[in-house]
Amino acid sequence: MDAKIIRDFPILERRENGRRLVYLDSAATTQKPRAVLQAMDAFYEQSNANIHRGFYPLSAEATELYEEARRRVARFINAAADRVIFTSGATESINMVAHGWGLEHLEAGDEILLTPLEHHANIVPWQEIARLTGAKLVYCDLNEDFTIDVADLKKRISGKTKILAITHVSNVLGAVTPLAEIVPYAKQQGVVVLVDGAQAAPHMKVDVKDLGCDAYALSGHKMLGPTGTGVLYLSEALMAMRPCKTGGDMIEDVTEQEAVFAEKEPRRFEAGTPNIAGAVGLAAAVDYLETIGMEKIHAHEQRLLEQAWKGLSAIKGVTLYGPSPSPERAGVLAFAVAGVHPHDVAQLLADEGVCIRTGKHCAHPLHYRMGLAEGTCRASFYLYNTEEDVEALIRGVKKVIEVFR
Amino acid sequence: MSTDAVYRAIILEEYKHPRNKGELPGATHVARVRNLSCGDDITVMLAVRDGVIADARFQGVGCAVSQAAASLFTDHIKGRRVAEVEAMDEQTIIGLFGFTPNPMRMKCALLVLRGAADALEGKGEKAMKGE
Repeated sequence: MDAKIIRDFPILERRENGRRLVYLDSAATTQKPRAVLQAMDAFYEQSNANIHRGFYPLSAEATELYEEARRRVARFINAAADRVIFTSGATESINMVAHGWGLEHLEAGDEILLTPLEHHANIVPWQEIARLTGAKLVYCDLNEDFTIDVADLKKRISGKTKILAITHVSNVLGAVTPLAEIVPYAKQQGVVVLVDGAQAAPHMKVDVKDLGCDAYALSGHKMLGPTGTGVLYLSEALMAMRPCKTGGDMIEDVTEQEAVFAEKEPRRFEAGTPNIAGAVGLAAAVDYLETIGMEKIHAHEQRLLEQAWKGLSAIKGVTLYGPSPSPERAGVLAFAVAGVHPHDVAQLLADEGVCIRTGKHCAHPLHYRMGLAEGTCRASFYLYNTEEDVEALIRGVKKVIEVFR
Repeated sequence: MSTDAVYRAIILEEYKHPRNKGELPGATHVARVRNLSCGDDITVMLAVRDGVIADARFQGVGCAVSQAAASLFTDHIKGRRVAEVEAMDEQTIIGLFGFTPNPMRMKCALLVLRGAADALEGKGEKAMKGE
């Protein structure tokens, strides 16, 4: 599938230092296929108007495109369209639940259950809500390979636990959380469950009905869509939560002293003019992904991960983190080179045209648990990466070791 | 010259064979500075006599850029007047490197400068013994 797909991504023609661009940072943000760029251009060139209010054909068309995008994205995660809210990304999605649901339902003594694997986007909002309500943050333990200790997580659920906020796929270790084991148990105990799917939705088939969670957050830009797009799926119960962004379009009526909010529909949470062209672009991204097929994408990433795992683990001085390759692991690979700071690794790789991420990947607590205050290097793979890309990574890491010897 | 070549030429040499790395028993001014995002952690130790930096050393861990900067900078300030050192800024570090580090690495390069400034001002984190 490689060659044809690469041609769909104009940016991959870019040269770095006279070398081919080897983009291995898709866990941070993905590149965009021409189909997404064209869909957004077409919207602005032919259909742009504000939505939901105008009676003229142009506005009706813009509204229809926006709502069709919602239906398209909803189908992608097997949700009803009236439960899918467009946001600016997973960070905003999680903040909406933390501030909207959390401020109304949490009080002193309540517990918010998290895992140490969470991205800051699924930690810091809860710290804020804990500070404002007096609720307490509780973290489960990790296994020796730093994956979630599911038995411990279950043990920590008590009558005090009001919400479990948990990642679907770790953005550092690539480990897929066994949600089928965790979510039903938490729900039985009356715990609200929010899943951070930012690293899952781009890489595997997500079915929110099957997961049974109350909220699911994802970022459009990590799945070929434009920046500033994201989704928040909510269960029927959570659709009644307080909207923390208020203003136009989210109301039924406004008088001088008070307003009646829209109920049980996404616009309750979409105050102001939304990112209409962004939603159209995200729908085009979803179309693109489904045309190729999520299973095929997952299998492709698996092959690249196995190749990288094999190649890097054979290099003396390289440590790989996270579980070894398996279908329950996504194509994100954190590693360290003994005696070389991750920033130095990344800069030398950059000279080879190889783009990786370094640092603590917005997961400081996890890195502190791993004892890696200097962070890690992280390569992440997507559908447009090739075996040659992985070879360039392996070659580059060997060179780093030579230079620092 | 690519950054790769610069690494080989200057930073790697200073990183592998740092000057002035170790304890300074007669230190009069000490400060520990850190870049929390990258884990760089440097303690700058200065021995000031009659308004002059009589000796300067550093301890700590970090990337090649932060360590090379600490090596070059501690060497550079020895024998200079405190007022002169206090007036130094990022241009001093750029001058010592002979090139401008890319923006992502600037923070690493400037850590030692902040450490020296904090030490001279008597502020900053107090260094823990043995670190």
